[in-house]
Amino acid sequence: MTIAAPVKVDSTGPNTDGYRSFRLGEFKFRRDEYFVYVEWPTGKHVMSADSFLKALQRDVAWQFFYGIVNFDGVVGTVNHYGTVDLFAGRYNDVYRKAELDHLENFSTPMIKATFDEMLDDWTNAGFDPFASPTETGSAFGIKHGDNRAAITRHRVTASRMVSVPGDEPLRNDENGHPVNRHFLDVAQDEPEKHPEPGFDGEISSFNLYAYLSRSQVTWNPSVVSVCGDSLYCPTTEEYILPIIHGNDRVEWFIQLSDELIWQVEDRDSGAALAKVTMRSGDVAAMPADIRHQGYAPKRAMLLVWENADPALPALISSGQLPSVPVEI
Amino acid sequence: MKTYTTNFGSLADFTKGSIDIIDDDPKRYVFSNIFEVASTSRPYEKVAVGKNRQYVVEAIRAEGTSEWRTAPHDEFALVMDGEVEIRLQKLGPDDTAATAERGSNALKGAPSGAMMGRVVARRGHMTLLPVGAAYQFHADKPSVILLQTQDGPDTVHKWADIIQTVA
Ligand SMILES: [Fe+2]
Repeated sequence: MTIAAPVKVDSTGPNTDGYRSFRLGEFKFRRDEYFVYVEWPTGKHVMSADSFLKALQRDVAWQFFYGIVNFDGVVGTVNHYGTVDLFAGRYNDVYRKAELDHLENFSTPMIKATFDEMLDDWTNAGFDPFASPTETGSAFGIKHGDNRAAITRHRVTASRMVSVPGDEPLRNDENGHPVNRHFLDVAQDEPEKHPEPGFDGEISSFNLYAYLSRSQVTWNPSVVSVCGDSLYCPTTEEYILPIIHGNDRVEWFIQLSDELIWQVEDRDSGAALAKVTMRSGDVAAMPADIRHQGYAPKRAMLLVWENADPALPALISSGQLPSVPVEI
Repeated sequence: MKTYTTNFGSLADFTKGSIDIIDDDPKRYVFSNIFEVASTSRPYEKVAVGKNRQYVVEAIRAEGTSEWRTAPHDEFALVMDGEVEIRLQKLGPDDTAATAERGSNALKGAPSGAMMGRVVARRGHMTLLPVGAAYQFHADKPSVILLQTQDGPDTVHKWADIIQTVA
């Protein structure tokens, strides 16, 4: 076992708008009132600070997630589960053909520490990158305060099932989870449990829909039940998924309520492949060679179903397993 | 103020979405609808609607009383429509234990271990079916369960019948 050296984040003091600038290898990041600027040896890019922070928030909170987190069509990260690639133009056909793309690999602690500090410094008071647009203030302006409580929220990861004794607790008004304005009609009844004497703690059942109606965040899949490597990761969705997720394994969507529209593109080139409209009860697989971004006109409950088996990315990229879950 | 209506769908009332293809094969998305599948299933038929290697999610039409089943791992039953009573009982020494490497198998009759209890679960309620126990479902009216489990001896794979195959 090796002990990791303490991570030193490479950053400058505040600029005239009050924001620090950051470096990761040959990548440079800075922000001003409205925008984030990314530079690398062969190119530069600009994003809205609002979009950038929403993407950065998820990348950090999800520990770089499964596969590729595209902040937009140009910049993003690839998780290698121990190290992370930071890239610009790598999954964009035009940048690739022009040979303007750039990719560097970092240890996970290095990029995580840098992204953590960037998110902390660039998130102003009143702006919650996890909230829907109508439930938060603005990301813009010269630096004013911070929002540490919002950006360091606890991420739910049940080890067996939410509500099982000792596992992730239920949500209620008292613990800071009021019912969301779009879910006021969702029944809050709990299942009727009738344990026999001596089996009180062994009968576990909870209202998942009520639990989701009390989610304070959007587009944040969180584990509620675990069967081996099979993880149920439901989430509530409103407006647009702030990242474009590139798969390194098959992922499944089960629409529990309302409607989502998915734009599906080729993972490596960005070429458009399909639009998937999902309504309550619909089930769809996202193949391992695509990327997808979701749109939700009303806050909706989506069950994201993952297989966390760490062997999958190598089995799929080497061709030992297909990109699709079922061959018909 | 606008009031919002949350649409969960049901056996009696669901509106399936669709895949609009630009340049792909719709079969790759294995697109189905749980209520549509359950509306044509036999009671307690375990129809896979999702599969990721050894893991499956099954759409189950709950209607009447099921057989007793057990599995060598936890399973999770989410009621998506109707009301289902879930009865839990420990296996006794003479009962058939879990026989498959994964997924559930039926018992011959009722188990003989201690009664653990029962749950009355309605729409949105998720219940742990714990390893080491047997379970039985009962529904007075047709209901729908989504089961998180593994691909077992009674999992039904009829993909070509349930998924969207043309653009
Ligand atoms: Fe995804």
